[in-house]
Amino acid sequence: MTDMKRLLSLFVLCAFLTGPLVAQDLPADAPVLRWAAAPDSNAPYSFYDASNKLTGFEYEIILAVARKMGRKPEFIQNDWDGLIPGLGRGMYDCVICGIEINPDKAGEVDFSMPYFITFEQLVLRKGSPDVTKLSELSGKAIGTLDQTAALKMLQSTPGVDARTYQQEMNAYRDVESGRIYGVLLDYPIAMFYASPMKDLAFVGPPFGMISYGIVVKKGNTALLDEINKALKEVIDSGELRDILSRWNLWTPTMAKALNQPVDPSLPPTQYLAFIGAATQSPTLLQRLERYATYTPLLIDAAILTLKVSILGMALAIVVGFTFAVFRVYGPWPLRMLATLYIEIIRGTPLLIQLLIIYYGLPNIGIKLDPFIAGVLGLGLNYAAYEAENYRGGLMAIPKGQMEGARALGLTHTQGLRHVVIPQAFRMVLPPVTNDFISLLKDSSLVSMVTLVDLTGAYNRMATGTFDYFGTGLLVAAIYLLIGLPFVRLARYTERTLAVDQRRPTQKPGAFHFPAIGKKAS
Amino acid sequence: MADETPILSIRDLHKSYDETEILKGVSLTVEEGDLVSIIGPSGCGKSTFLRCMNCLEVLDSGTIAIAGVTLEKKDAATDPDRDFSRKAHELRQRVGMVFQNFNLFPHRTILQNAMLAPMVVLGVSKTEAEATGMRFLEKVGLAAFRDRYPSQMSGGQQQRAAIARALCMNPKVMLYDEPTSALDPQLVDEVLQVMRDLDNEGMTQIIVTHEMRFARDASDYIVFMEGGYIVEVSDEDEIFTEPKDERTRRFLARFL
Repeated sequence: MTDMKRLLSLFVLCAFLTGPLVAQDLPADAPVLRWAAAPDSNAPYSFYDASNKLTGFEYEIILAVARKMGRKPEFIQNDWDGLIPGLGRGMYDCVICGIEINPDKAGEVDFSMPYFITFEQLVLRKGSPDVTKLSELSGKAIGTLDQTAALKMLQSTPGVDARTYQQEMNAYRDVESGRIYGVLLDYPIAMFYASPMKDLAFVGPPFGMISYGIVVKKGNTALLDEINKALKEVIDSGELRDILSRWNLWTPTMAKALNQPVDPSLPPTQYLAFIGAATQSPTLLQRLERYATYTPLLIDAAILTLKVSILGMALAIVVGFTFAVFRVYGPWPLRMLATLYIEIIRGTPLLIQLLIIYYGLPNIGIKLDPFIAGVLGLGLNYAAYEAENYRGGLMAIPKGQMEGARALGLTHTQGLRHVVIPQAFRMVLPPVTNDFISLLKDSSLVSMVTLVDLTGAYNRMATGTFDYFGTGLLVAAIYLLIGLPFVRLARYTERTLAVDQRRPTQKPGAFHFPAIGKKAS
Repeated sequence: MADETPILSIRDLHKSYDETEILKGVSLTVEEGDLVSIIGPSGCGKSTFLRCMNCLEVLDSGTIAIAGVTLEKKDAATDPDRDFSRKAHELRQRVGMVFQNFNLFPHRTILQNAMLAPMVVLGVSKTEAEATGMRFLEKVGLAAFRDRYPSQMSGGQQQRAAIARALCMNPKVMLYDEPTSALDPQLVDEVLQVMRDLDNEGMTQIIVTHEMRFARDASDYIVFMEGGYIVEVSDEDEIFTEPKDERTRRFLARFL
């Protein structure tokens, strides 16, 4: 424990010393190096730390490489699945994001020389029997992340029940609680997420061998040569060893591969900072201070949540209303179309719809911006529910209302517009307001398509600090605050419209609507 | 008067719902200014007959000629529907209709109820529509209630408002489908009085009703329907004292 404290104080010192590493003195007209990574839930590669600043060992490596290249680094954020396609579309020059140098992918992209060599680390509960081969895990549930070398290894081992997680932390938590037997993931992930957890242990030999490389667009050899040259300088000067040492990732494997000394050149300050922020239980004041630093992120996220929700609802109202009119008044092909749409949308999960819109549509050439995809996903989903609302409203208007309008000489359309729809609108206002509140909460799903809405902000903050509980409560409170005015609005409309919809004070039953519909007497 | 074209002339009207024939060839002629009551047992087709006159029900075959608009349907399959609905639309503008349940628009005040059709259908200005609306609300004694919502008025007041609303379109013929059936007994007279006043001003009115006393007192003549046919058209006194048909006698026996 005292060691830990000493190391922590050392870290504070080094944090100041490492400052200049980021700042660069380049001419204003220096060329830029646009690099991309997926920083959410991505420690220790490139990620946002507890104070919402970009950091990580890859972040430091790419900065060092850019400096050697004489270029100004410019970060472009993307999601993991979009990283390689974005390269193809020219959104940025290169990607550094723990991408394994893999001959399978060599047809699509070009890789730099490796900047990091590592392996898969098995993590089990403390006291579990040792494991020497993956085949010994047969019959056990092992967690990992999607699209990783570890998943491929698990899937090719007969009998292993491979479970994929969205977030590494959840996988390790499940080992801790006994939901799964173990987790197989890249060593840096194990180092940063699992090693601080006292009930977990690293077990077994290094599995596999993985080299990470910087990725450039296929055929961009000029840039690749430039990067390789710079990377070699970073390696030869010992700067890579410094970076990896500070991140506690200078392993014997790396030392051997680069033919450099096995000992770390610097204390693992960045590692300890991360672990410190993650495991230290802060005082209430520290906690509040930390939450205060989130304020800009949370404000942006709340605005995004509101924007997506309001636009989504607007879309839902327009589309839903159209389908409701189709369904109640349209000719049969339109009625069928509307019914089919409503049944399909209501019968499938919103999350799947959202994923299809964002990740599925590019397969047929439709690439949507995440914001547009989020609005479309929410709007088109809620349109089905709105359509049913409005249909209910339109059907609840007594047939006699339309007859009254037509008898006065109004056309069917005029009758709808001036008589039926205004009444239906009043009738559905309360349920529609309620739907909006529910959409506001469902909008959290747009974080799945890389939008940093409130839930996206929660992911970022929680993975930076491991403070799932506090940040969870904080974000939940913000949802509640945003929704509150609309809850009040729903109550208000319900009350005021109830007055307007009062029925005459004559004898009960004398004004009952169904009688109007009778055909002959 | 006899050599003039009657304001309403219906020939051989047929109407079925699914397989059930409701009207089995009904013919009726009404002269301008007449007040005609249609009576008959429930299910005899009298409401359907009235609704056909306003095209709220589309006739299967026959001819309807009202105030210069002739609707004809010999064969539903070959008649161009578009032409039919255009004529139906034209016809509705000359015919006012009042319903058992008023069918006032609950989201509008009674003045707004009265102003809607002139503005939307005839395209008159708001000022003009308001003037017309007020004139007819005054006629039915509701000028002071102009800003009330239907829900804030009694049934009798609502029905008078519905009549005023129909009059705003300046109809040549007024149709009433059991206008007092939904009213408390003490509210019936105020509605019937409005109809009497209109009769005195020369309005042509056709009323489907169960109010035998009113039918007898106010009608020029009474049409008795049963089983989809017009059984008897008689003078208002005659039908009660010496009905021509046995079925009429049996029906009226219950009221006398």
